[in-house]
Formats: sequence, structure tokens, C-alpha cells
Amino acid sequence: MKKTGAQILVESLLAEGVDTIFGYPGGQALPIYDALYDADIRHILTRHEQGAAHAADGYARASGKPGVCLATSGPGATNLVTGIANAYMDSIPLVAITGQVPTSMLGRDSFQEADITGITLPITKHNYLVKDVNDLAKIVREAFYIATTGRPGPVLIDMPRDVSAGETDYTDPGPVHLPGYDIKKDPDPEQVARAVRAIEEAERPVIYAGGGVINANAHVELLKFAEMLLAPVATTLMGLGGFPGNHPLSVGMLGMHGSKYANYAVSECDLLIGVGVRFDDRVTSKLEAFAPNATVVHIDIDPAEIGKNVGVDIPVVGDVRATLRELAGRLQPRLASRWRDKIQTWKKEYPIEFEENGRIKPQEVIREIYNATGGNARITTEVGQHQMWAAHYYTYTRPRTFISSGGLGTMGFGFPAAIGVQLACPGETVIDIAGDGSIQMNIQELATAVSHKLPVKIAILNNGFLGMVRQWQELFYNRRYSYTELDNPDFVKIAEAYGAVGIRVDKKSEVRPALDEALRVDKPVVLDFQIEREENVLPMVPPGEAINNMLG
Amino acid sequence: MEITAAQALVKCLEKEQVEVIFGYPGGAILDVYDALYHSPIRHVLVRHEQGAVHAADGYARATGKVGVCMATSGPGATNLVTGIANAYMDSIPLVVFTGQVPTSQVGTDAFQEVDITGITIPVTKHNYLVKDAVQLPRIIKNAFHIAATGRPGPVLIDLPRDVAQTRIKFDYPDSVNLRGYKPTYRGHPNKIAEAARLIGSAARPVIYAGGGILNSKASRELLTLAETINAPVTNTFMGLSSFPGDHPLFLGMLGLHGTRAANLAVTNCDLLIALGARFDDRVTGKLAEFAPNATVVHVDIDPAEIGKNVQVHVPIVGDVKQVLRELLSRLEKKQDTSWLEQIEAWKKQYPLVYRRGEGELKPQYVIEKLNEINGGNAVVVTDVGQHQMWVAQYYRFKRPGSLISSGGLGTMGFGLPAAVGAQIGLPGELVILVTGDGSIQMTMQELGTAMEQELPLKIIILNNHVLGMVRQLQQVYCDSRYMAVEFKFHPDFETLARAYGIKSYTLRTEKEVDQLLPEALGSPGPVLVNCLVCAAENVNPIVIAGKAISEAVDC
Amino acid sequence: MRHTLAVLVENNPGVLARVAGLFSRRGFNIDSLAVGRTESPDVSRMTIVVEGDERVLEQVNKQLHKLVDVIKINDITADEYVDRELVLIKVNADPAQRGEVMQIADVFRARIVDLGRKTVTLECTGNDGKINAFEESLRPYGIKELVRTGKIAMLRGTKYTGLQENGD
Repeated sequence: MKKTGAQILVESLLAEGVDTIFGYPGGQALPIYDALYDADIRHILTRHEQGAAHAADGYARASGKPGVCLATSGPGATNLVTGIANAYMDSIPLVAITGQVPTSMLGRDSFQEADITGITLPITKHNYLVKDVNDLAKIVREAFYIATTGRPGPVLIDMPRDVSAGETDYTDPGPVHLPGYDIKKDPDPEQVARAVRAIEEAERPVIYAGGGVINANAHVELLKFAEMLLAPVATTLMGLGGFPGNHPLSVGMLGMHGSKYANYAVSECDLLIGVGVRFDDRVTSKLEAFAPNATVVHIDIDPAEIGKNVGVDIPVVGDVRATLRELAGRLQPRLASRWRDKIQTWKKEYPIEFEENGRIKPQEVIREIYNATGGNARITTEVGQHQMWAAHYYTYTRPRTFISSGGLGTMGFGFPAAIGVQLACPGETVIDIAGDGSIQMNIQELATAVSHKLPVKIAILNNGFLGMVRQWQELFYNRRYSYTELDNPDFVKIAEAYGAVGIRVDKKSEVRPALDEALRVDKPVVLDFQIEREENVLPMVPPGEAINNMLG
Repeated sequence: MEITAAQALVKCLEKEQVEVIFGYPGGAILDVYDALYHSPIRHVLVRHEQGAVHAADGYARATGKVGVCMATSGPGATNLVTGIANAYMDSIPLVVFTGQVPTSQVGTDAFQEVDITGITIPVTKHNYLVKDAVQLPRIIKNAFHIAATGRPGPVLIDLPRDVAQTRIKFDYPDSVNLRGYKPTYRGHPNKIAEAARLIGSAARPVIYAGGGILNSKASRELLTLAETINAPVTNTFMGLSSFPGDHPLFLGMLGLHGTRAANLAVTNCDLLIALGARFDDRVTGKLAEFAPNATVVHVDIDPAEIGKNVQVHVPIVGDVKQVLRELLSRLEKKQDTSWLEQIEAWKKQYPLVYRRGEGELKPQYVIEKLNEINGGNAVVVTDVGQHQMWVAQYYRFKRPGSLISSGGLGTMGFGLPAAVGAQIGLPGELVILVTGDGSIQMTMQELGTAMEQELPLKIIILNNHVLGMVRQLQQVYCDSRYMAVEFKFHPDFETLARAYGIKSYTLRTEKEVDQLLPEALGSPGPVLVNCLVCAAENVNPIVIAGKAISEAVDC
Repeated sequence: MRHTLAVLVENNPGVLARVAGLFSRRGFNIDSLAVGRTESPDVSRMTIVVEGDERVLEQVNKQLHKLVDVIKINDITADEYVDRELVLIKVNADPAQRGEVMQIADVFRARIVDLGRKTVTLECTGNDGKINAFEESLRPYGIKELVRTGKIAMLRGTKYTGLQENGD
């Protein structure tokens, strides 16, 4: 039977198990929207396409399934760019579908034409401009395959209107055949053997775990592995939740705003086992001084990550979960470790802490969020100081409970992402921890949350500054606060304008009651915490310094 | 004396007489911000980088100067992409600065690293990744030159943090030498002579004038040309305001939602004089039936536009203003009454109409009132959608450059930040933003910028609780199967305005419009007027996809 | 019809991406593209073979001109010019067949650049037609691998496509 391209697209999405799409309609996407009219797929209408991309991203992070977003050509497509780049940097499986002007109009600067495949070349794992409706089913299948396998990432499909409207016989495209795309899941036995020897010989091993653990659903294997080694586990920001933060072997986050004990452990270890990580600059800081005495084992699905930033002694390319299983199967559990004891001493000696005073401290708000939710919420964050406090003062014990923009550092990610998370996890508590600068970036999505009855909570740590930038200006630019102070709207009124609940919190004593109230209400709530204005995120590795040389 | 490249950057901007920068700080561009701390240049802190670039764009359109915006690396840079593309499509001069991670980290997927020069190749006139601090002043000089000359457009400069920190001897070049970039300004004399001959002998000439008239500030020459040869003038959407809206020779806009008179005139003309226009698909409709009997004279600064979509008989590459001056010197006064009579008959027969008094407020009525209240003298900024077309149809622009709108990219969300930029560029003037309830929400955080900068903007929301243009398209092309166009939830715009300390009105009837709109426009401070208008209203006439523009229908 | 363009560009990083992006964005068909440096170190030359009618070519020309890094474009198709392309072909040739292959190589003035146990690798330079003919003659033996550089071209006589003025 003949079907239109748009119908084939929808059919293909259903075949891939897609149940939710985030999008915004427009002229060149009309045939697609028309096909969605009849489809058993939930469409979430956002208020800006950036919201759609981030929501799909949040949905993917929370559910482990690929997120799907849809926009029209031109500005619709370009509005997705930040969200696509964000997913690319954090290796999130996303399929972005854009409408495009008809093929006959391509390349002529037509109305709402943008070369979105050209634009997104640097920030997609792959992208397609569909020129023939007969290729469509195959392309959609490939797109989902590429987005979700190996190191996940965003794939974009650009659909000219005549392709969406064009008709052909739909046949199942069958299995994917991509000669240029080869995923190596099983690690090389020889490298595994070398890693086993290195582990057996090590006295002071440290596990440095990242987002790859979560992507590979390898948290159980990681726990088992760490317990066999009695090795401390430091996670990256992306890895939070990949290892239980309340486990005695957890040393929290490492790097620029890591814990001192995590950074000390890495600096003094003789074996560093990188698991699903990429030795990012925010982690390593001064490269020469990063784990200077360690043999480095690097386990990752992406061979291009190995040796990219640091020299690796034992590279193990493969699926993190399969590799950890393989390693654990060959190791004898350790029974005692002086190294572990040393770490415990550091943990006692250098806890992450803050000074309380009469005003509301941001750290305290996070701690209270943890207490009020019993640590059972899904937390999303925006980007900035609050993000780091959310990493420090909330303890994540399960994967996919901390959802944050790590690589691109996108202010405005958290709230639309929370919408995606709430849709993926109905019934759970979802809280966006935000700053007053970040939340304004995509504040319009309050309408999306309210209209879809998503009871997402937004906790704004409001200091009237772009706080992280201000902190840098304070520490490294002689307190010259150049354009970092904000004149803010009344967030309570904004919440009310959108039919959400707004609560302003000025006093320390009101923090917990306000949180309890917010959690009780089955509606979106905006909490405006008036916090200490010039609080800094500490500890901190100044730029260019070794990670064991920390301020605070 | 040596200064850092970041300081040099600010000095260069001062040399270029930049008065305002729209931006948002961040890690990789901290050094530039630190240098700005002591500069007399005004920096406008926006609430999202998209706001910065649209504001710079609005500022450029309002003032005719180069708009400048600034953002940090990574998301700061990618948030600019839509705005850059928008300026590119509408040929607006912008210089865009982005911070970048240090050169040693470029290409390593560092924190907040994104290949913004790679990303923006398709949407910039040119772009630079600065690798050597010493080159920065020259690059900035080139960037301003490229952005503002020829066919204007956006130029992006990506500045890695270590380069920004490098100390250099400051020396701002006073000339530009770009061997690959030499725009042609003077039209070829032979071609101009040929055009003059054709004009002399044409019986049914039509002038089709686009945004190029405004870019080249050739409105006066356009008026003289029209009056000299007594030819009717139609504008593209981008060209609106380049010709007086109440002039007897004015046909209104042509194309997709153009007036029937304009579309019939073009279809029946024997000479089409295209000035600074690009035969866009929204203008031409079915190409084969666009001005089918006409000889086409096409004047444009961009040779690539000539012959891109339609065949041109007399191509004239050059600056429209210069070419028109040349051309005028070769023309004689012409008076051909029969053609103008025909035009007049069409105008009478097919006026723009809408039905009033059906118990609901009609959006067109609000625009007519706006026009009436300020006599077509305000600067009108729009967003994208039905309201944009109604402004184009019902507002009679009197002053060149007084319509600021996203034509080529059609960017919803352009309006509010562009209005911020326009108001900052034209502090004493009445700047009215006409927007829709969908568009305003795209970038509504910039109300914060308007508040902080104390801008007396007048924001008119034609609120129909629906994505009106898409709904109309679904009515026409999808059998009224409305999908994802009806907002299930509508924010309370009055409360929202209050959150930003902005006075607001809600208008539901013609009577309320009559009573309160003048007051709202007359208020000294910022005002938000929420007009609850008929949701079922369509933009008419409309040319159905694939049809000739002479076959416009009402839907 | 096929056109051969000699395009002089600034030797800047990213210039290839700009040109390639333009062709893909505007839907122009590139047959081949060869790029390398020229007599002046800050200028590179691209030889681009494009398929298209006059109107397409006109657009290719004009759009290329809009790239700030493009200094000069010459469509040399109608001129007298020398063009060359290099091909490497690895062809099946067990010892019994080698003689025949070498004879073919002789005819085309190709050179043997490598010998395997069952294969011969040949190098041949020439214009399009010659290279195609060479390839065809070797096809019966079984081509294992083939790579072409794309065409480069230069005007004959005293005409230049470089930055200097034409004439002696």
C-alpha cells in the first residue's frame, strides 16, 4: 500500500518503540504533523524548539531510550542547535527530525530554509538529508541504530516537504548495514589480561567513573568491581549516580570542583582505572600533574577517546558493562586495604562543607532538598554554581537520578530536561535545581509543564548574579563584576502567570516548610530561594593548577 | 604599550564607533568582559544569547549601523545560531564575537567547546577563528568592512581564551585589503542605458522593490523613479517602508499574502523593474507564471542573486542607490494614464478587507488602529506569523526602515529582542512590537532586559490562543486537522507583565481598543497590551502552494 | 555539461570546508576536486570539475565568488588547456598474465610501481579520456583497487589562471 513519507516516518518511529515526541510545528513540517494526528504517539508541544531538544534529551537520560524531537525548517531547525550540541557532548541518544523546504527549492535561500545538515555536521554523530522518499524507512532505522549504539549521540534527519508528502510503498528496511560504522563491544582479551595484572599489582588503585557507566547500564557491575578491588570510586559530574554516593568507597566527584579527597586519591594513586570517561579538562586541569604516578587503564566504547587527552598505559576498548564483568570474573577480591583506610582519613579530614550564618546558604537548600525527598528525587540542574552545589550536597545513589549538562554546560537545560524526565518517570519527584540566570533562559516552558500537568519543581537559588561567572571575576579579575549582576523579575508572579505555584523564601527557617509544601502540591512549583549573594563554590582548582592544589 | 588582545578588541570597537554591545558573559569570554568594564561602550545584558543577537539585529535595522553582539563559547555560541541565520537571510550587518576554549584545547571536546566557525559557515557572510593575537585588529577591521559593505551580512569572530589573554602592540589598520572581496557599486553604464531605453518604451511597467532599497538607503531615489516614470510600486515584505504606504502609486505588498492589485499588476506588466529584491519563493509563487510577459530589469548588489531564480533580461550589478541615480539622469518624465487607470481599477476592485463586528475583536482592526493613532510614524517591530502579515497589509509605513521583521528565516521570537535593540538604537522614538501569543513566548525572558534597561516599549500581543499561521495552513492543506497548534494552556499576560514591572492592558472589543490603545501607546513607560482576538481569522488573500500569484484566493 | 574551474583561494584553514559546504548546500554536483598549493605560499588552487548547464555554472561561479577566501575563478573549459590526472590501479596479474598487463601499461605509458605475488600496481597520468581508457583495458584482469587524484589543469601558452596579468 502506498504511504506518504510522513506516514512512513511515523510508522518507523512506532517500529522503533517511540511513544513520545517533543516538538513545535511549522510550515515545512506540516505533512509530518498531519501524519502524527492519527498516530498513537504522544506529542509534547513546547514553547521554543530549544525546549523540545532539551526535553527529549532529559527524557533519554531518565529512561535510557532515545529521545525524539521534531521541528520545522529554518528557525525551527536552528533553534535545536544548542540542544543537539548538548546531547552530542554528553553522548545522549537523540533523534532530531526537521522539516525542510521542498527539494526543488533547496539551495536557493528559500523562505525558512537553513542548511541544517551543514550546520549540525560538527555536533551530530551523523545526519541525513532525505532526498528520496524510498530511502526514508532505511534512514530512520539507521538513525536510531546509530543514535543508540556504541557511544550514543544525536542523529538528525532533515525531511524536505516533498519527501514528507511524497508517496511510496512502505516495506520494512530490514537490518542495518553500515560498513563505515563498526561497534566493538567485547574487549580485547589481551588488554583485559594486562588490566587484570595491573590491578593485581596495584597498591593504590582508584576508579574514575563517568557517564559511560550510566550509558552502558553498568552501575551494578561497577559496584561489584569496586568492592572486589576495595578501590575508591571518584565520579565525574556525568557519572554521578553511576556509583552510590553513600557507599563507603565513594569519594564523590573529582576535578575542578571535586572533593579534596577525590583529588588527593587520584593524585596519589598508582593505578587509575578510567571507566567510561574522557579525561575532560574540567577533570584533569593541569594535565602533567594529573595522576602523575599512576598506571592508567582506560575502558571506553569509543576508541577515539583513548589517548586523546592523556597517555594511556592499558587501553581497553569495549562496552563498559561487558568489560567490567570480564574483569571482575578474573579478579580475586581483596580483603583489606591500607589505601582504603587512608582515603577514609582524608574523607574525615577534608569534608565538603560550608559556613552557616543567619542567611539562606545555597548548600543548605540542596541539603534540605535531599532531606525532604529522602534522596529519592530525580534531580536536573541548569549550569553554574547551583549545579556544583547540587553535585556536592545531594547524594545520588541510583543512575539516571542526576541529569545535568556536563560537556556543553548549557544554561537553560535543566527545566525543559525536567519536563522530559517527568514524562519518562511519571509519579516520581522531579526537581530542577536552577539559578536565577539559568532559569530565565527557557522559562517559557512553564506553559508546557502546566498544560501537560507535569508537577516539576523548580528550586531557584536566587543570588541576583550570574554566580559562577561572578565567582571567577571575584577570584581572578579583582572583583570587577562586569555585567554579571541581574535585575530579576518577580518569579512568584511568573509562576502565577503560568498557573503554577510560586513560593518566595527569604528566611532560613522557611526553607524546609517551603520544600515540603512544594512536594505536597501536585502542580509545577517555582521556589525562589533568596540566598547569600556572594557565596562561592568550594573547593576549587584554579585554572591551570594541579587538581590537588585546591582553594577552600 | 602592550595590551591584551581582549583589551585590543574593545579598543577596536571603540575605533569602529560601536556604541552598544548586546551580550551575555561566560568563562571563555571573561577577559573581553573584563576589558569592557572600563570602556565607555554600553553593554546590554540580555537573558538568553538568542536575545543578544536579535537585539543587535534590531539595532542594526533601526540605525543602519553594524550590530554587535557577544557570547561565550559552547552554548553561548550555539544559542546565537538562529539569530545569525536570521541576519544572514535578511542581509543585516552584524559582527558577532564568541569566546572559545584555549587553542591548546580546541578540537578536544573541552568543556563548553563547540566548533562555531564550522557550524556557522552556512549562515555567515564570513567567519574567523583567531589563532594569532597580533592578527585580531586586522580581523576586526575586515569583519566590520565585510559585514557592512556589498550585500551586508553577519560576520563571526571566534576568540580562544589564550589568544584573548596574549599581549600585543595595538595598531588598528585604517584600510582593508581583501583580494577575494571587492563588491561592485557602480552599475554597468551600458546596462543602465539599456534599462533606461526599456523604461522609456514600456507601456505597463511595475517597480518591485525589496529590502535592498533600505540597506542602500535609496528610498528617496525609489520615490523619484516611481514619480518620474509614473510606475506603480510594490514591495516585498522586506522592502516595506521603503516607499510611502499612502502614496497613490503604492500597490502594497506582493506575493503569497500580497494585495491582488500588486499581484495582478506584476502578472500583467510588460516591464518588471526589480530593485534590491531576490525573487523569493514567497514572492513569485509558480515561477513560470510570474510576470510572464515582462522584460525583467534586475538591480542588485549581489551578482549571485541575478538569474538565481528567474531569467533576467537586463542584469545590473551595483548599489541600488548609485544605480538609481545613474538611471534617473537618463530618464524623462513619463505619463501613461491607461496603465495607471487599470491599476487604480484593480485597487478599487480588490481592496484588503476583513469582516468586522462579528462579536469578536479582529486582529486587523487593531493594526488599523495602531496605524491611525500614530499616523504610520512609529517604528514597528513584528514577530512571525499571522500578525506579521496583518501588519504588512494594514499598516501604512511612512518612514524608511520603520518596519523591523524577520523576512527570510521567519524567526518566531525575533520580535521582542529586536524591539529591545531598536529602542536602544532609537531612544526617543515610539517603538511598537506587534507579536503573537506563540512568538512572544519564544523569547519572553527578554522582558527582563527591557525592564533592566528601562525601555518604553509598547508590546501589542494579538492573542488568539493558537499558532495562527500554522493553524491556517492546516486548515488549507490538511483538511482542518489541527495538530499541535492549540495551546492547551495560556499564560496570563497581565500577571506576566507585572512580574516584570510592566504596565498592562487586556483588550477584548473594538470599543476597548478605541478607548485604551491610544492611552497605552501614550504611556511614558513600557506597556504590554494583550488583545484577545478572533482565533479563526485567516490571512487573506493567500496564494496556494504551486499556484500563480494572480490566482490568490480567500480562505 | 562538464566544466573545469581553476579556483584560487586564500591558503587559510577551513577554506576547503567552505567550498565543499557551498557545493553541498546549494546542490551543485562536483565531479572531482583537487587542491594544492601554488607558486605563492599563501594561495592554494582548486581544480573543480562541475556538472551542470550554463545557469548552474553561472550560480556556481557567483556563489563561489561570494566566499571571501576565494580570490579568483576561471572557467577554463572553453580554453586551450593541459589537464592531468593520476591514477593508481592494483590489478590481478599472476605471472602468466603479467606480460599482457605490462604491454597495456606500455601502450598507455603507465609505470609499474609495485609488484605483489598475484597483483601489479600501475601508475598512469593523463587526461580524463586516457585514464578511462586505461582503466577499461585493465578491467578484464580484475581491478582490485583503484584511486584517482582528480583533475588538475593549466592554460596553454602565455595565458595564466594565476594572480598575475595575462600576456608575456
